[in-house]
Amino acid sequence: MGDWEGVRLHVVTGKGGTGKTTVASSLAIALAAGGRKVLLVEVEGRQGLAQLFDVAPLEYSEHRIVPAAGGGEVFGLAIDAREAMYEYLAMFYRLGRAGRALDRVGFVDFATTIAPGLRDVLLTGKTYEAVRRRDDQGEYVYDAVVLDAPPTGRVTRFLDVNTSVSSLARMGPIHRQASAITTLVHSPRTAVHVVTVLEEMPVQETVDVVGELHEAQIPVGAVVVNQTRSSYLSDEERAVASAGRLDRPALAESLRAVGMPDTDALVERLCADAASHADRVEMENEARSGLDELDRPVYELPHVPGTIDPTALYELAEMLKEQGAS
Amino acid sequence: MSASRRRPHLDVDHLIDDPLTHVIVCCGSGGVGKTTTAAALALRAAERGRKVVVLTIDPARRLAQSMGLAELDNVPRAVSGVGLAAGGGLDAMMLDMKRTFDEVVEAHATPERARQILANPFYQALSSSFAGTQEYMAMEKLGQLRRRDQWDLIVVDTPPSRSALDFLDAPERLGSFLDGRLIRLLGGPARTGGKAYRKFFQAGFNVVTGALTKVLGGDLLRDVQTFVNALDTMFGGFRERAEQTYALLQRPETSFLVVAVPEQDALREASYFVDRLSEEGMPLAGLVLNRLHVEDTTDGISEGQAIAGAERLEALEGHELAASLLRLHAERLAAAAHDLRTADRFTVAHPDVPVAPVQALPTDVHDLDGLREIGRLLAKRHGV
Repeated sequence: MGDWEGVRLHVVTGKGGTGKTTVASSLAIALAAGGRKVLLVEVEGRQGLAQLFDVAPLEYSEHRIVPAAGGGEVFGLAIDAREAMYEYLAMFYRLGRAGRALDRVGFVDFATTIAPGLRDVLLTGKTYEAVRRRDDQGEYVYDAVVLDAPPTGRVTRFLDVNTSVSSLARMGPIHRQASAITTLVHSPRTAVHVVTVLEEMPVQETVDVVGELHEAQIPVGAVVVNQTRSSYLSDEERAVASAGRLDRPALAESLRAVGMPDTDALVERLCADAASHADRVEMENEARSGLDELDRPVYELPHVPGTIDPTALYELAEMLKEQGAS
Repeated sequence: MSASRRRPHLDVDHLIDDPLTHVIVCCGSGGVGKTTTAAALALRAAERGRKVVVLTIDPARRLAQSMGLAELDNVPRAVSGVGLAAGGGLDAMMLDMKRTFDEVVEAHATPERARQILANPFYQALSSSFAGTQEYMAMEKLGQLRRRDQWDLIVVDTPPSRSALDFLDAPERLGSFLDGRLIRLLGGPARTGGKAYRKFFQAGFNVVTGALTKVLGGDLLRDVQTFVNALDTMFGGFRERAEQTYALLQRPETSFLVVAVPEQDALREASYFVDRLSEEGMPLAGLVLNRLHVEDTTDGISEGQAIAGAERLEALEGHELAASLLRLHAERLAAAAHDLRTADRFTVAHPDVPVAPVQALPTDVHDLDGLREIGRLLAKRHGV
């Protein structure tokens, strides 16, 4: 049994540059394993999913993007605030003429780019609808929805739409919509996973956002430590390397033993690499200890050399699954 | 090892020493080290004799930490520990967007009107949570600092927006909204034009407000209307101010630095930004390529040789350490080759954009010494 039984909405956030789109995609593949249907949603208009999966730009409609193990399927959706607004007007208000009039005076622009919080209600509202959608037999259409959410700095406000919107729209349909989303987001059916790398600032932002989410009573899922690198040296060897005291003659001898050039230049280069590696590992260990206090499940994903392709996503998905993410 | 493409070098010292450079804007996607780059440039310029202020926007207060300042609020404060021997100096500030917005309102409205606006729920939400407010206020603050004429160089860090282009577009968007048709309409039909026009307008107005009330609820609409009416005296002001700052960005005294890391996403954003700046006639100084893995390969061994050597050593007894070091070296050679390839792709697309490569440091930067080191790397003439 996985760590996220009963969770229907997986929100993935992280500081910019930590790889949250990669992690969200791998998580979707992991969750779809065993014949499940998962919807992967992006809301920032970047077409990050299309680039990652190497498929045509996603539209404002749900398309199957990749299969998963055991007959599972991952669908993709890029939510566009403007399209969501039209859909919203048509669905809830049957606004024909007035809807077009609203667009002419710039209301759609206003609602989708300026009005504080409305954009977020539209984006989360569509996600909410997908989470709750049922088919003719009354079964959920998607077993899980994975949302590639805004970065850590904005995610709490993004999810906690009720606070920003209900103080403004104190009644009416927008208020009702915001309240319904808020109920889902604050329930155990939601988990917000935070992606980080082992550097001071991303870890600090992770700690901060976990605190904010707790404060807002939004359930925090796992911390995903991305782009970890293997350590080639023992603690002791790193200490010696960092102090610049590696045994150079012994190294030269080793190189000679396998017929490699044993020049001082190469030996020095290897020692310099080792020293900077040791410093890096020490910094990573410090960063890692900052995550311990959060008391959340931690998944680690290795650094993938080069550009991430769909094959790499399956490998990362497998690693997530092995660590309990299903 | 493939030969690296020749790319024009970005001479950072020439840029920051040039007395005609008064504004440097650091832009790029999130997580590429914009704030650190801005702080490092500002510190280097100050220690080379310029009177510098660095404006940072990031709410994570990263710069505050790296500048050793306990408090960065909306006021520039002197950074201590900066070398003053060359006659320069460094002030730092962090943007408080709400306070900046309040100041704009206070500067343009009577005290009573200002009070009404500041108390309005719609204004409060707009000034503290609209994603574009930060960009607009960053521009506004930049304009204010420039007008004070107290510094001869202003270094600006841009907001951590969804994409680098938001910085250019959001102020215009907010400005048009505040001065635009919708808000006039919301303010009530009495404001507009002659009688015939008013009559025509009244009909449209009823349709629109009816729909708005339906969608937003009456309260929000009322708040917006009160806000708009209170804002009456400021119509035109917002857009005009945004336009002024936009014009400042186009002047030759301004230089844009696009910041990226050698990863596909970041460089794609950097490319968009470079193209956009050239379309807008904005002065691009070049690309800062942070966190570049650099390995000196002269007289060295190749990645393949390192791996083969490691394999042979692993088959023997007593050479484990050397084998590990060769594996490590191979990994670093691979990283350096990857970064070089990625950087080359950018250069192929933008052969004329000067680049300043900044070597990756093994550890984080969080003090002035670290910033000095970054500054030194920024200015270094690299072979890559």
